[in-house]
Amino acid sequence: MTKVDTPVFTAPRSLKKVVTHFCPGCQHGTVHRLVAEALDHFAVQARTIGVASVGCSVFLYEYFDIDVVEAPHGRAPAVATGVKRALPDRIVFTYQGDGDLAAIGTSEIIHAANRGEGMTVIFVNNSTYGMTGGQMAPTTLPGQKTSTSPYGRDIANDGRPIRMAELLTQLDGTSYSARVAVNTPRNVLAAGKAVRKAFQTQIEGRGFSFVEILSTCPTNWGVSPLEANERIATEMIPCFPLGTFKDWALDAPGTGAK
Amino acid sequence: MDQRLFVKGNEAVAMGALAAGCRFYFGYPITPQSDIPEYMARELPRLGGTFIQAESEIASINMLLGASACGMRAMTSSSSPGISLKQEGLSYMAGSELPGLVVNICRSGPGLGGIDASQADYFQAVKGGGHGGYRLIVLAPHSVQEMYDLAMLAFDLSDLYRMPAMLLGDSVIGQMKEALVPHPRPQIELPAKDWVVSGKGSRSEQRIVKSLFLGDGELEAHNWKLYHRYQLLQERESRWEALYLDDAELIVTAFGVTARIARSAVRMAREGGLKVGMIRPITLFPFPQKAFFKATGVVKKVLCFELNTGQMVEDVRLSAARDAEVFFYGRPPGAGSLPTPEELCEQIERHHGRSA
Ligand SMILES: Cc1ncc(C[n+]2csc(CCOP(=O)(O)OP(=O)(O)O)c2C)c(N)n1
Repeated sequence: MTKVDTPVFTAPRSLKKVVTHFCPGCQHGTVHRLVAEALDHFAVQARTIGVASVGCSVFLYEYFDIDVVEAPHGRAPAVATGVKRALPDRIVFTYQGDGDLAAIGTSEIIHAANRGEGMTVIFVNNSTYGMTGGQMAPTTLPGQKTSTSPYGRDIANDGRPIRMAELLTQLDGTSYSARVAVNTPRNVLAAGKAVRKAFQTQIEGRGFSFVEILSTCPTNWGVSPLEANERIATEMIPCFPLGTFKDWALDAPGTGAK
Repeated sequence: MDQRLFVKGNEAVAMGALAAGCRFYFGYPITPQSDIPEYMARELPRLGGTFIQAESEIASINMLLGASACGMRAMTSSSSPGISLKQEGLSYMAGSELPGLVVNICRSGPGLGGIDASQADYFQAVKGGGHGGYRLIVLAPHSVQEMYDLAMLAFDLSDLYRMPAMLLGDSVIGQMKEALVPHPRPQIELPAKDWVVSGKGSRSEQRIVKSLFLGDGELEAHNWKLYHRYQLLQERESRWEALYLDDAELIVTAFGVTARIARSAVRMAREGGLKVGMIRPITLFPFPQKAFFKATGVVKKVLCFELNTGQMVEDVRLSAARDAEVFFYGRPPGAGSLPTPEELCEQIERHHGRSA
C-alpha cells in the first residue's frame, strides 16, 4: 500500500482553531465551516469583511480569522451596505438569524437586496430566537411551541411563517437565492455548494446573493440533536422547501444579474 | 478661495462637510433638512463620492456605521423624529468608538410636532439620547457661516476623539440664506486610523469593530475609557463666544437661533444703558462650564433663553457659581412665532432689576 500524505480533510484557514461556545448539536458551527470553506476556496480571506449580527452568531469574530464589524439587531444589511460602498473590492457578508433578518431587520434586508448590494447574506433559519431562550420567530412553524407561543404558533394570531428565500426573489436586485439545510451529510454538501455559489455571485460582481440555511436549535426545541435533524426533514422542509429560487447563471438575461 | 456666497444654512453644512473630505452621505428625507441630501445627491457623484437615500433613518445611521468602520469620512442628516430613529445606531457607534457626523436640523415635537424651529432636542443631543450612557460631541451653529465651519470642526473632533459628533441646528438656521465665505479644511494632525476594518490583507491580526464586551470587567473598563475621553473633551474642546463680559452686571446665555435674537436684545439693552454681557455656547457637549463658572464668580445673575421649556438651563445651573442666580425664559415652539428682541430685552430689564 502506498503511503498517502496528502490530508483529505483539514480545518479551513479562514477559521481559528478554537472551541466554540455553541450548544451541543447546534449547527452554527457547521455553517461557519461552510462559509470559511467558501472563503478558502476563492482565496479571499484577506479581503473579506464579515458583518456580525445579534443572536447566537454574534461572536463571529471569535471563530473567523477575518475583519469584522458588529451591527445592531437586524441592521447588518445596512452596515454591510456602508462597508461595501466604502470598500467595493472587498468581499462582504452578513450572517444573520431568523429573528434578526426576518423580524426586526426585514426592512434592511429587503432594501439591500433591492439595491442589488454586492454582498452575500448567510441566513440561518432555526425557526426560533436562540440566544434569548427560544421565543417565537417569524419562521416558527404553525403549531410549533415556543416560550412565547406556549400553545403552539396560532396563525390566526401570529400569521404564517415567512419564506425569505422566495420573498427576496421578487426583487430585481437579488441575483442568487437558495434554501438549503444542514441536517444530513448530503444536505451539508449541497449547502456548501450554495454558499460557494453565493460568494461567487459577489466575486463576479453580480449583485446580491442570499442563502437560507435550515438548521436546528436542539436546546430550545427541547429535543436531542438527532431528533432535531429529523425534525428538519419532517417538519421544516415541508414548510420551507429546499431549492434554488433564483440563479443569475440560469435565469434569462436581464433578470437580476448585474 | 476669496469668494463670498449667498447660500442656505443647509447648503452650507453640506459644503462644509464636503470641504472636510466627507465622501459618503446616507439619509432619508424630512423637512426642514431635505436640502442637505438634495445637495449631496447632486455633488457627491461629481466628487467620486457615494450618496444613498436609505429606506429609513435606522438604515442610514447603520450605513454610516459601516462606512465609518472602514475609515471613511461619512455623514447623515435628519430632523427631530428621524434623529429619534437614529439613536440606536448612535449608541452603537459610541460603543464601537466610531467617528461620523450627524446633522439635526431640529423641528418641534414631541411626536410629529411641527416644522418650526425648536430647541427641544437639547436633552436628547447632549445627554445621550440612546441607551447606555454615552456622549456625543454636540456643536450648535448660530449662522450660515458656522454651519460650514462647525461641520468641518465636527469631523476633525470626531476623528480626534473617535466618537460621533452631532451638529444641532434648527429650521431657521437651516433654511435662511446668509453670506458664506468658504475656506479649505484647517490642517490639524489627526491620529492614524489603525483600527479600521479593511480585510486583513497582510496583517496577521484581525480587526474587530464592536460594542459587545462580555469578558470579565471588559465592559466596565470600556466605559471608563469612554468616560475619561469625555472628561478630556471637557478640558480641551469647550467652545463659546463671549460678548461684553468686562463690565456686565447680568449675563445672558442662549445658543443657535435664539442666540441671534438674544444678541439683538443684549445690544438693545446696552443702548438703553444696561450693563449686560452674553455667553453663547458653541459646544453644547462639552458644555462650556468653565466660562460660566468664571463669569459667575463676578456676575451673579444669568438669564438663559431657549426655544423650549428649559433644558440647557440645567447645565447652566450646574456650571454657575453656587451663589449665582440663574433665570430661565423660553417657550416651546408652536406658538407661531419666535420671541422678538424686544420681548427678550424686556426680560433682561426685568432680571437686571433696573429698567432701561
Ligand atoms: C433591539 C434589540 N431587540 C432585542 C434584542 C434581544 N435579542 C438578542 S438575540 C435575539 C434573537 C435572535 O434570534 P435569531 O436572529 O433567530 O438568532 P439565533 O439566536 O437563533 O441564532 C433577540 C431578540 C436585542 N439585542 N436588540
